[in-house]
Amino acid sequence: MTFLTKRNSFILLIALATGYFFSKDGSITTSVVSTATAFALPLALAAMVGIMCERTGIVNIGIEGTLLTSAFAAFFVSSLTSNILLGLAASVAVGTLFGLLLAVMSVSWKMDQIIAGTIINILATGLTSFLYVQGRTIPSTFPEYDIPKLMDIPFFGPVLFMHGPLFYFGIFVILSLYVALFKTTWGLRSRAVGEHPSSADTAGVSVIRLRYINVAIAGAIGGLAGAFLSLELVGSFERGFTAGKGFTALALMIFGRWNPLGALAAAMFFGLTQAYANQLMIDQVVQIPTQFITILPYILTIIVLAISAGKVRAPAAEGQPYEKENA
Amino acid sequence: MKQTKKSFDVGNWLIPAIAVIIAMAIAGVMMKLQGADPVGAYKTLFTTSFGSAKGFSATLGKATPLVLVGLAVTIGLRAGLFNIGAQGQLISGALGTAWAGYTFTGLPSYIHLPIAIAFGMFFGAFVGFIAGALKAYRGVHEVITTIMLNSIIMGLSDYLVVYHFREPGQLLTRTSEIQKSARLPFLFGLPFGFFIAIALAVLAWWVMANTTSGFRFETVGRNKFAAWYAGISVKRTLVTAMIISGGIAGLGGAIETLGVTYRFEPAFNAGLGFDGITIALLGRAHPLGIIPGAILIGGMRAGASNMQFVAGVATELVDLLMALILFFVTAPLVTRFFKNSTSKSVTGGWGN
Repeated sequence: MTFLTKRNSFILLIALATGYFFSKDGSITTSVVSTATAFALPLALAAMVGIMCERTGIVNIGIEGTLLTSAFAAFFVSSLTSNILLGLAASVAVGTLFGLLLAVMSVSWKMDQIIAGTIINILATGLTSFLYVQGRTIPSTFPEYDIPKLMDIPFFGPVLFMHGPLFYFGIFVILSLYVALFKTTWGLRSRAVGEHPSSADTAGVSVIRLRYINVAIAGAIGGLAGAFLSLELVGSFERGFTAGKGFTALALMIFGRWNPLGALAAAMFFGLTQAYANQLMIDQVVQIPTQFITILPYILTIIVLAISAGKVRAPAAEGQPYEKENA
Repeated sequence: MKQTKKSFDVGNWLIPAIAVIIAMAIAGVMMKLQGADPVGAYKTLFTTSFGSAKGFSATLGKATPLVLVGLAVTIGLRAGLFNIGAQGQLISGALGTAWAGYTFTGLPSYIHLPIAIAFGMFFGAFVGFIAGALKAYRGVHEVITTIMLNSIIMGLSDYLVVYHFREPGQLLTRTSEIQKSARLPFLFGLPFGFFIAIALAVLAWWVMANTTSGFRFETVGRNKFAAWYAGISVKRTLVTAMIISGGIAGLGGAIETLGVTYRFEPAFNAGLGFDGITIALLGRAHPLGIIPGAILIGGMRAGASNMQFVAGVATELVDLLMALILFFVTAPLVTRFFKNSTSKSVTGGWGN
């Protein structure tokens, strides 16, 4: 839990703001924080995609494209079949496919990984805007499921336990990823491949295979995030739907030091900051043009990176294709 | 230095050409699946843009900003920077130019035009500078900063036009029209801006291949440590590269404003910056190699709306085509071009 002590100033700030708002109006604050939590989840999940990839040494700048295409697939298939479960399946399948595409380009073809990711993003924009048809609707979004007993806890009940099924599953994925990465053999191997692939290779870990598997699983998580966006949070799809969330996620990953819990905390910080700025505007405490609220997360991303980029250390083998040395 | 000149061999033309054909075939199949006639669509698309003098002039008009954003991305790549922010730099340039274009009155063309263009280049360069400085002095990867800056500038320009620069009495979000004295003329029926863009591309190629500054850029792009060891200021080179790259993208916005749109509207130039990435990679990050790609894509953009009208295929077909072209052209090419050269400096982690 080192991230708590390192970033306590941010957490303190947010906690103080929450306390202040809660003392002024409890019910509104609770609903604002609850919304912020729902907004933070896709960002956190997208950051998991980055963490999964980078921990094994693959830079994934194509998260945005993965989110966009899977959100589209989720919406489109749900709309065609009138079945949101099929939509979810399509979304995860598309995410995995995009993960594999990145793996082919960066692991097998040894392409520049930033360019490989950019190709994924441009491909996603091209595909979704060509195939997009206006006026489609889905039968319903995933319904909210309130967890009995837990939902009655003041403040935390509505914030954490009154969401849809994909939200809970997303939280589960994030927590499992933390455990898997730091407490299992798979996690140790993955991190070894990301730090020093030739040593991992010597120790008998197949670098190529592990990178393929991890990047594909990461893609599936991206698919989940996309499905959450279009099938649970928003319930629609339009061109450019994901609005840069995939890039923000990369910043959250760095801010959270490639640690799933750190990235989750960073995503919450982000969601809350925007929710509060929004609330201040609605309450007319301050006069802020809407455009400034819109660009706030992007400015935050840059500030956060300018503060943390020099101080954090990325997985050492990140961005470098692995080639066995000739004996 | 030899490599810069030598990189124009048959393979460099053949592979993009094959990529274009494969991409068109795949997009054709997708059109067929949607129930449209791909042959008719392509025929309309290309006869509209290349079949007549008027059409060709329109194509070159569309190609002009594309040459410039392609050049902006190319110059970044040469110095080992991946400038995804050409979009934002172009928009800030377009807005700056539009403001200078309608605010200053009573100036003769030969003074007004350079001033308006200088405004555009300055704002584009300034946005580039932010990303360059953050990269050089704070170690923030330019891909993320430039993407974020794209969105920031999108919001900021919208705010500026809505609250400060809106045409008086106008409901639409747009600025006033620029003065007649700030309009770019046509030369032999072709847009003047196109000649500026081509001249700049040639100049960039010459500087890259024949001057010490060009050599400094290339060295930093190929190996930062070697550059540092040779006494080149890597940080200053990175910032300079981003300033130049942003300035050229800003010039793209300026020329688009002065020669085509005559005013600024927030949604006018959406997507141009990203086309620049495709074009730069299609031209293998060669200052002259980008020109044919820019003309091809300019032609597709120019013919798209007529294709939609005649063949009923959505104009977004062009986006799809470009994505597919990019995919097929980079798969075998970039491996060759970036391996052992800029690959490490482009993606060497999020730090330095």
